[in-house]
Amino acid sequence: MSGNTTTTEKRKSIFGSNIRQFGILFSLIAIIVLFQILTGGLTLSPGNLINLVSQYSYILILAIGMVMVIIAGHIDLSVGSVAAFAGIVVATSMSQWNFPWPLALLFGLLVGAVIGAWQGFWVAYIGVPAFIVTLAGMLIFRGGNQFFGNANTVPVPEGFTVIGAGYLPEVGPTTGYNNLTLLLGFAIAIAIAVREWRARRVQKTMHSDSSPLWASLVKIGLLDAVVIYATFLFAGGRVGTSFPVSGIILGVLVLFYSFVTRNTILGRHVYAVGGNKLAAELSGVNSRRVDFLVMMNMSILSALAGMIFVARAGASGPQDGLSWELDAIAAVFIGGAAVSGGIGTVIGSIVGGLVMAVLNNGLQLLGVGSDLVQIIKGMVLLAAVGVDVWNKSQGRPSIIGLLTRKRKVTDPSTPPPAVRPDAGASDTSRPADLPSN
Amino acid sequence: MAVEHVILEMRSITKEFPGVKALSDVSLTVKAGEIHAICGENGAGKSTLMKVLSGVYPYGSYSGDIILQGVEMRFKDIRSSEAAGVAIIHQELALIPELSITENIFLGNEPTKWGAIDWIGAKRTAYELLARVGLRDDPDTQVKNIGVGKQQLVEIAKALNKSVKVLILDEPTAALNEADSQHLLDLIRGLKGKGISSIMISHKLNEIEQIADTITIIRDGRSIETLNIAADGVNEDRIIRGMVGRSLESRFPDRTPKIGEVFFEVRDWTVQHPQVSERMVAKGSNLTVRTGEIVGIAGLMGAGRTELAMSIFGRSYGNFISGRIFKDGKEIVLRNVGEAIDHGLAYVSEDRKALGLNLLDDIKRSVVSAKLSKISVGSVVNDAKEYSIAEEYRKNLRIKTPNVEMGVSKLSGGNQQKVVLAKWMFTDPDILILDEPTRGIDVGAKYEIYGIIQALAAQGKGVILISSELPELLGLADRIYTIFEGAITDCIDGADADPETLMKSMTSAKKKVRSI
Repeated sequence: MSGNTTTTEKRKSIFGSNIRQFGILFSLIAIIVLFQILTGGLTLSPGNLINLVSQYSYILILAIGMVMVIIAGHIDLSVGSVAAFAGIVVATSMSQWNFPWPLALLFGLLVGAVIGAWQGFWVAYIGVPAFIVTLAGMLIFRGGNQFFGNANTVPVPEGFTVIGAGYLPEVGPTTGYNNLTLLLGFAIAIAIAVREWRARRVQKTMHSDSSPLWASLVKIGLLDAVVIYATFLFAGGRVGTSFPVSGIILGVLVLFYSFVTRNTILGRHVYAVGGNKLAAELSGVNSRRVDFLVMMNMSILSALAGMIFVARAGASGPQDGLSWELDAIAAVFIGGAAVSGGIGTVIGSIVGGLVMAVLNNGLQLLGVGSDLVQIIKGMVLLAAVGVDVWNKSQGRPSIIGLLTRKRKVTDPSTPPPAVRPDAGASDTSRPADLPSN
Repeated sequence: MAVEHVILEMRSITKEFPGVKALSDVSLTVKAGEIHAICGENGAGKSTLMKVLSGVYPYGSYSGDIILQGVEMRFKDIRSSEAAGVAIIHQELALIPELSITENIFLGNEPTKWGAIDWIGAKRTAYELLARVGLRDDPDTQVKNIGVGKQQLVEIAKALNKSVKVLILDEPTAALNEADSQHLLDLIRGLKGKGISSIMISHKLNEIEQIADTITIIRDGRSIETLNIAADGVNEDRIIRGMVGRSLESRFPDRTPKIGEVFFEVRDWTVQHPQVSERMVAKGSNLTVRTGEIVGIAGLMGAGRTELAMSIFGRSYGNFISGRIFKDGKEIVLRNVGEAIDHGLAYVSEDRKALGLNLLDDIKRSVVSAKLSKISVGSVVNDAKEYSIAEEYRKNLRIKTPNVEMGVSKLSGGNQQKVVLAKWMFTDPDILILDEPTRGIDVGAKYEIYGIIQALAAQGKGVILISSELPELLGLADRIYTIFEGAITDCIDGADADPETLMKSMTSAKKKVRSI
């Protein structure tokens, strides 16, 4: 076994087998470090971090829904317009119809669900491509927003702004930090450790090749160090600010949807339909239902994102949500999803979205004009996906190969690579043992 | 051929992929105007050798020499090999469905007149080429509107247009029915008369025996032997012995059928073609299956075997018109695949890559994909159970893989088929419909699949086996239905069946179903 093999294995045992996602995470860290240096420490200052989260949480929420749509093999161009429409309806419901804000919030989600059902109906049951349905939706609901609000701005009451502009409140003894943020951070750090420990136990019961103990400890150590560092940053901001409520909403959604996509039957069906629709249908998957649900879910999340934005801005206007769809789609593809469907993860998309967010934020801190920011973002999107596609065509697994300049060493136990033309080793003519069940 | 001179020689070709030696020291000598068959199991290196010859793997990526008509060739791509007179016709046809026959023949090679494409001249040439391959269709027809058999002929016409000297055919008859296959083989024989040499890769040993002059057998990336059919008295068993390295005493495992009562019945099953409303793909078909029985369905390509099977399996093909299904004495209604699975039906598709598997998935996720509810609590999938179940099938079915987290796209055809079988065995069906379960699988893996099929029957399940290979049906089935143009024409007891009777019923509309 050569030295290279062991480093590869070490890397794998710490970061898991998904090297592709590790590559994106690596890029994110690199970008953060770069801007931290360029901005003279401004990037990782409490104020900027808090601002970053509350400014991009709604794009990241859209990315969660978008990755599911894209995994299923569709696209949704209407998310910005749907967000704007839901925003104006909710703002109007509070200012004119005197809905109390919690009710208005639920009402907004309902509006999203109805819009989603409408778009899902066309995609799933009529069979119009989602690109067309949501292109139409983009026009319909943008117009709807302006029609509904007479192209005016509608303010929202104080209570409602919590979901967009609120922070964890100050409670308990004076520690110089926001106590709730500290508690939350420590809880997450403990949860990470517990989760890793439980994963090890499951691996043992499965008798699979569980990673060595030191790898788990290094993994926990690294992650917890990051979490605790971030905790003190968020907790140490200006008094009255701390971890944003919208960030908490985002966190809960990330956990929930990661679980749904990875561990539930519905999640499996989304991947199955996107990977091979015909095979999925012949395995008993109701692909129409899956299409309907992912489209509907996307619109509900769009409505939520729209409401968070309105809450943050304090009012709903005709220009809300402009070109959000493009940011969300870019996040998903930077995060490793495939245009043809079947591939992608919630976490990857969030990391992809954070890459864009940090880039945007860092360039703004440096005083770069919005013209250049757009050009740079466009180049980054193209480069991220381009490098990946190129790597794949070279038979290398991911960005990481390029970053570390290390060729993957062939493990004798792994079968020949996929490029092998006539696919695979020969089978012997040994008779099969009788299957036991 | 009076003068036997060598047209092509490949000398000690060695080709390596990272971690794998696909070819080592392979030599091949083709004489002018002969049909040279290359035999070997899947993965033996046949296709790799042909890709070296046709320039897919350019000079420099392999070691060894290619000598064509006495001149050493250094092909850098397919174009340069075609220019030298070597044309390859791939297993998967490389025609563009939306273009016409003429446009396809001249694609990448368009005749021009004053800078514009000379379509009139092209069409005239197309007529001549089509006449040479015996195709009487209008050259303006879109390729998607002609059958696979005719598409194959268009491919050959395309090759002829490039004044080919050596024609490589990779599994040319794999997707063809008997009649089209025969026509194609006759055509290849005709080309031989005109001095064109053919190199043919095929798993259908009977065809090779029938048509080839010489056979080169490749095993594990090495050329094992070259046999002259006429002089060496080669037959199928001899070829198999060369391919697997020893003789297979029997191509089918031994089995003593334990057949019970009729428990599954399809009555008056009529299904309409999904696009052509006047065409019925199943016409009042009746079918019974007994417990522990392997029921064969024989029919030519396009007779409606797959259509019948898929329409029974939750109406997944065509428009349902009429018919009833009974299981265990009770009528069941299967309106979709989910209901079919719930009622204990399973269907293993003939096209495992397009319909059987999600090629992006790994083995463990594929195995459980048809019945996730079985390993789920509420709606949450239990990963640990999934893993242990996949491991169990890996061991029992001998799926060759280092672990069950391997992507199914990286498996060989035989192992992919085992994953598909595992996927459907996991649903614990009572009725298994197997549609061409051994297509594109080598001899050794076939034997294993046969063992699995027999074991399933031994557990008391009913197996419906659709196959284009008559020996397979004769070797496995207890009873064989024959289908012709959507109608069941006969039901023959396995013991009484022979290829001639089957073929007669597969090609005649006369209905004479004996009931059991």
